Amino acid sequence: MNRRTFVRMSLALASVASPLFATPAHAAEPQELTVFAAASLREVFQTIALAFEKQHPNLKVRFNFAGSQDLRVQIEQGAKVDVFASADWKHMKTLATQGLVAEPTVFARNLPVVVVPKNNPSKVTSFTDLAKVKHLVVGAPEVPIGAYTENIFTAAEKVQGKAFAEKVRANVRSRELNVRQVLTKVAMGEGDAGIVYKTDALTMPDKVEIIEIPAAINVVAEYPIAALKAAPLADLARDFVKLVLSKDGAKALGAAGFSTAEAQAKK
Amino acid sequence: MVGLGGTLLLFLILPFVALLLDGGPDSILRGLGCALTWPAMRLSLGTSLISVGLVVLGGTPLAWWLARSRWRSARWLEILLQLPVVIPPAVGGIALLLAFGRRGIFGEALDRLGWSPAFSTVAVIMAQVFVSAPFYMQAAVQAFGRLDRNLLAVGRSLGASPPRLFFQVALPLARPWLIGGAAMTWARALGEFGATLMFAGNMTGKTQTLPLAIYTALELDIHTAQALSLLLVTFAFALLLFLRRFNRNLEVSRKPAAP
Repeated sequence: MNRRTFVRMSLALASVASPLFATPAHAAEPQELTVFAAASLREVFQTIALAFEKQHPNLKVRFNFAGSQDLRVQIEQGAKVDVFASADWKHMKTLATQGLVAEPTVFARNLPVVVVPKNNPSKVTSFTDLAKVKHLVVGAPEVPIGAYTENIFTAAEKVQGKAFAEKVRANVRSRELNVRQVLTKVAMGEGDAGIVYKTDALTMPDKVEIIEIPAAINVVAEYPIAALKAAPLADLARDFVKLVLSKDGAKALGAAGFSTAEAQAKK
Repeated sequence: MVGLGGTLLLFLILPFVALLLDGGPDSILRGLGCALTWPAMRLSLGTSLISVGLVVLGGTPLAWWLARSRWRSARWLEILLQLPVVIPPAVGGIALLLAFGRRGIFGEALDRLGWSPAFSTVAVIMAQVFVSAPFYMQAAVQAFGRLDRNLLAVGRSLGASPPRLFFQVALPLARPWLIGGAAMTWARALGEFGATLMFAGNMTGKTQTLPLAIYTALELDIHTAQALSLLLVTFAFALLLFLRRFNRNLEVSRKPAAP
């Protein structure tokens, strides 16, 4: 092909592609709100986004679901984001001290639980039984669920004795890098028991059984949400946060197994 | 032409330069000081070398047979053997679990005998062999396929037994490509992440290889992860360089003997 046809083709291509790169400032084109959210929020945030899109007809909500730490790094590296919802305070605080997010608020709480495969091969019926489980799977201490698990073990040490905690720790066969991997390994019967968030456990009701951890030693995982200070769609970002914090948001979160400020106020 | 080639070169190299510039030499030092580094380094080196050994040991005769087979299905087998390259490693890990996990097709019987590869170093090696074998297989099948049939025929007419033909004619001739393939397999095994994480889990000193340690460190802070990555890259570069030199020396030393 000669140079002129090449230039002409490039121009044609560029004009076809340009709507893809257009900025959302033009009112006629649909706007895109970018939400970075912890992996455990996938299902419930998609539900909330549907409601949000209904309120704002010319808007699409785009999600990036991943581990809170990955999302934080992406934001620090300059990703264009409107809203960030984290599975723990650590990463939200890091962003707040850098002045990247505005006023983070806790919108949901999640409880770690013990999960076992449906037929429960190790006959686990209580947290105490973790001392006799052959293959225990937990999160790595570097990720939120693993840090919480470590806190639970430390609390158990105080309540049930050092020997118990040591036995449980010795049964740990793998420290997975996110909560879904812990759940998958238990669901596939690879692990005899694992510790995950209640909300994750509820996504596989036909594969795993849930055993609650005694409140005396359990921790509560807090989920903060915030609009980014550099949000391309600042007003809409604030609206989205508001919807998540609203009664409707709380309802959706409650249905997914989270406890919310709303739900607790009712109690 | 030069522009296109240069663009690709830049594109491929720039990320490494960025990694290096952002971290610098003291970043490597920090990586060496990280608690995750040494157990992971040892484990990665040990398992990847065993994996390469296993692939070469089993892959060489298999490739020899495949390259010479007139059996139609041999071509199909060749393609099947390439599949692990295409599927995402995490899916490969799931497939391994479904086959060898405690409730897998084979795994269940193994588990009843009281042994399971799950969460063990053996699982790390299995994952590495699974994802890295295609690279050696590809090189070996092509190398054996390209051999001069006449040389083999001459050897046979001079009364060389098939094993002798293989060891004294085919193997020396194919050696540079075999070593190249083994190097690729080794590099792939060293960098293996997804299947290992799925199938072997993540346990310091037991199943946490360098790539898993890097990912774990990423949860701590990006600089440690960067440092560990630099370490891995430097290490791999040195080994590939060494293999290339070694390979070239082999070729040079063989030249006078070649007809």
